Amino acid sequence: MKKIGVFVCHCGINIASMVDIPAVVVELKNYPGVAHIEDYKYMCSQPGQDLIKKRIKEKELDGVVIAACSPNLHEETFRKASKSAGINPYMCEIANIREQCSWVHTDKKIATQKAIKIIRSIIEKTKYDEELKPIEIPITKKALVIGGGIAGIQTALNIANSGFKVILVEKSPSIGGKMAQLSETFPTLDCSQCILTPKMVEVAQHKKIQLMTYSEVEDVSGFVGNFKVKIKKKASYVDFDKCTGCGICTEKCPSKTPSEFNEQLGKRKAIYTPFPQAVPNKPVIDKDNCIYFKTGKCKICEKVCPFDAIDFQQKEEIVTLEVGTITVATGYDLYEKANMEEYGGGKIKDVIDGLTFERMLSASGSTDGEIVRPSNGETPKEVVFIKCVGSRDPENHYPYCSKICCMYSAKHAMLYKHRVPDGQAYIFYMDVRTAGKGYEEFYQRVAEEDKVIYLRGKVSKLYSEDGKVVVNGVDTLSGENIEINADLVVLATAIRPSVGIEKLVNILKIQMDKNGFLTEAHPKLRPVESLSAGIFLAGCAQAPKDIPDTVTQASAAASMVSTIFSRKKLYHDPLTAGVDEDLCSGCNICVGVCPYDARELNSEKGVVEVNEGLCEGCGACSSACPSGAAQQNNFTDNQLNRMIRTILS
Amino acid sequence: MEISYYPGCTLKEDAKNLENTTLPLLELFNIQAKELENWYCCGVSFSQSSDNLMQQLAPIRTLIKAKESGRKRLLTLCDMCYNTLKRSALFLLNDEEKREIINDFMDREETIIKGDEIEIVHILSLLKEIGTEKIKEKIVKNANGLKVATYYGCMTLRPKEIAIDNSDNPQIMDDILKAVGCESISFPFRNECCTSYQIVNEPDIVKSQTRKIVNSAIKNGAEAIILSCPLCHYNIDAVQKEIKEEDESFTTLPVLYFTQLLSLMMGIDPSLNDFSLHHINPKPLLKEKKLI
Amino acid sequence: MIKNEKLNISSQEINSEENKSLRDISEVNVYSCYQCGNCSSGCPAVEFMDIPPNQIIRYLQLGKINKVLESKTPWICAACNYCSAKCPRSVDITKVMEGLRRIILRKGIDHVDINELKKELLHKLPPIALISNFRKFVL
Repeated sequence: MKKIGVFVCHCGINIASMVDIPAVVVELKNYPGVAHIEDYKYMCSQPGQDLIKKRIKEKELDGVVIAACSPNLHEETFRKASKSAGINPYMCEIANIREQCSWVHTDKKIATQKAIKIIRSIIEKTKYDEELKPIEIPITKKALVIGGGIAGIQTALNIANSGFKVILVEKSPSIGGKMAQLSETFPTLDCSQCILTPKMVEVAQHKKIQLMTYSEVEDVSGFVGNFKVKIKKKASYVDFDKCTGCGICTEKCPSKTPSEFNEQLGKRKAIYTPFPQAVPNKPVIDKDNCIYFKTGKCKICEKVCPFDAIDFQQKEEIVTLEVGTITVATGYDLYEKANMEEYGGGKIKDVIDGLTFERMLSASGSTDGEIVRPSNGETPKEVVFIKCVGSRDPENHYPYCSKICCMYSAKHAMLYKHRVPDGQAYIFYMDVRTAGKGYEEFYQRVAEEDKVIYLRGKVSKLYSEDGKVVVNGVDTLSGENIEINADLVVLATAIRPSVGIEKLVNILKIQMDKNGFLTEAHPKLRPVESLSAGIFLAGCAQAPKDIPDTVTQASAAASMVSTIFSRKKLYHDPLTAGVDEDLCSGCNICVGVCPYDARELNSEKGVVEVNEGLCEGCGACSSACPSGAAQQNNFTDNQLNRMIRTILS
Repeated sequence: MEISYYPGCTLKEDAKNLENTTLPLLELFNIQAKELENWYCCGVSFSQSSDNLMQQLAPIRTLIKAKESGRKRLLTLCDMCYNTLKRSALFLLNDEEKREIINDFMDREETIIKGDEIEIVHILSLLKEIGTEKIKEKIVKNANGLKVATYYGCMTLRPKEIAIDNSDNPQIMDDILKAVGCESISFPFRNECCTSYQIVNEPDIVKSQTRKIVNSAIKNGAEAIILSCPLCHYNIDAVQKEIKEEDESFTTLPVLYFTQLLSLMMGIDPSLNDFSLHHINPKPLLKEKKLI
Repeated sequence: MIKNEKLNISSQEINSEENKSLRDISEVNVYSCYQCGNCSSGCPAVEFMDIPPNQIIRYLQLGKINKVLESKTPWICAACNYCSAKCPRSVDITKVMEGLRRIILRKGIDHVDINELKKELLHKLPPIALISNFRKFVL
């Protein structure tokens, strides 16, 4: 019979106010198996832990039950303490008499009785606990980063600079993401590309970074430290080993199509690099708009290429890689303005969104940095900016705040006024959320110095009339309905997770919240980890955020990756479910219920086998197994039965 | 195919043209609209107070009669009747407690009503079901480039639960008109309320709204306004005459029911239309377009 | 002449019987409103109102139901549902207007005197105009 020590925590008044601790101690003193029992005010404190260690040695205990708060909080703590006192940490169990008892009852008598039952049941469990050793897992010290925007770039650079290899995968022909499309960044008004391109070049030249652009992740299997990834390299029809990026093919290509990078203002060729500072600076052929692929004629690029780099026969390739961690940094896309019927449904030319305005502002954009009306090329004198388009609207669109629009709308209005000093800018807003460092001061400048008029209210509708866009809104501060005959309207549309994120979420088996953003392990304390071990999140894929927060999060994710890689081995909780081959009939029921794909039928042997590295100890197989062959370590049917009987007696 | 038909009060007098052109039109598609044997005022407009059950009885009684007719679908031509009846049916369906009280109270009625037994269908939804292809086949006269402004008002578009189309950009009438070769022009106030019952006590509100609607329609090139609701028809048609009497410079537009235009294009007897009911005479325009 | 008297706000007013009554009749929680003003912006009759719809909700939030009951606004409202349909916070303002009307009407103060209406008007107007008008403005 085990000698179990029971330690009852007061948790200040959290437990003690509702559970009669002295009565509990008296009641359990003579319970079979209890070799020692005592109570203490704060068991998790240093003296509390020291007390446990002391008693383990004194009384030669081989099992410990701590009646306290939820194991979520301190199970680790107490197990470490037990280990250092010489007993197997998995012989230390927590009886939750706070979240599951004192915090949910108002009758002290009932709560005390319940606490006694809970502790008794955990004592029963502990009696049959076995000594377990954490499972060792090897680590492939290579990181995969999905997404080549500023988040992915920063993560990759940090990991690579720590000395580990990184594969950076980007689905478009160049890295840079949305930041490369921006003109100036708030609050400093730094030229976005000027501060981004050095990092892009660093990525391209870094010996530890393998850059795979125009590629997408197709399949992922495995678990932390041991992922197997299949990446599809799309056919670019250009041999990058031969191509020098001279650009003659792009110059001579006869096929033009609206440029995605320039948000449909301006055109690009069918063989193209998205922008002049693209990394890699080698073009790809867009099959859907290439004359040769559509009609079988042309091939001008092939004819003019001095290096024979065009290869119309090139096929897409699947590359299989082994990595230890994956960081998802897939960024955002804007909510399509076609969704806003009340604002023209995307059909009014002079109603554009924020990224389109950025491209107009940009010196390298198709308007050479001139702000023009898309309908007639003239300079707009009355410009209306509308915030919260599709955000903060649980009834009609999305409930959340997109965080960056208040700052970028202020920035847009400021930059517009700098370029068109005799123009007038109006911003329709509900609130102004400029909480970052230097942000409030920036916003005040916009109102004071640039005399941008902030109108507090929503715009109910806008429409085209007489060559202008008539904007019907309201200013709740003055109580007036407002009408503006605008030349140009810029909508701050909601930040949405990148198009196609659902596919990636399924491949990686991570979670998305109801708005499509990736779920973090804990919103406050674990913001860069996904709910799956070894998969990390960075940037707008997790939630809308600005560049400083993105870079911070990216570095944090890189640090978590480096933490894993700096170890020799990983250790996985041994509370896994095994297979008793004598009892297993190979019925496969457990394989079907396992959410982690940790079980597989070995058809030769006719029994199921477990990959302990994948098993998260959820217990689904154990309850589904009809023969009892699937038993979870330290959660065996025997233990659970005893616990239930104890509670019901 | 038979469908129960609920006219409502106005269709028999002021909005005769709507009924008289719609019923023969439906016959062309083999749809017989069978007027309910017993029907009552629909109780327009839907009572929004949650504690006054008495005000729900009028529409509910009509729903009971519709259920007793044995036919699952009930056709309405009037937007306001559609809105009231449909919201009443949903109200019954969603609140079990109130439903029980109402059914208990209406002990003279033999039938218990739950709310989901009858599908209330607006004429525009029915035409959409028939489909533009079949409608095109029945067209014998084209409209010779007639430009119309489709006006939807509010009762068939709001609230969302009963809407027959997207309330920000309804296209249900426009789709049919485009298919039969009419040009339908868009204007910004096509889905704004005509301000409804304010015509009784606060006619200035309606006058202001009508001016806005007509001016905007004309500005965008319309030759006529096409709509489906009898109250909208009065508010935009009759009130234009009043505005014109006060202001010579105001340009008027004839206002027609959607089914009036369609029936003329399908060759249905034009004399079914009593054009004297119109306050702005549509005959000159219709003659010009060779529709009469 | 005092034009902008200070507004005294207290929990007593906010939790008044009349407020409770409005909540019971309309089943609307005015505290969902974040005063975006979309209702006022899109209301077809707002130009004739003395207090625009968003301010009605604001005064109700502050407990000032009496001020709102004295206003013309609920009687100018055409019950078109634009405000309720487009409100991002799902505040059913149409129901609030109805509730305000009901409170007054139930005090026996009708807003339309049928006897005052001219005979020619009664003949001219389509029945739905009269019925809906009486529905809204007569107990």
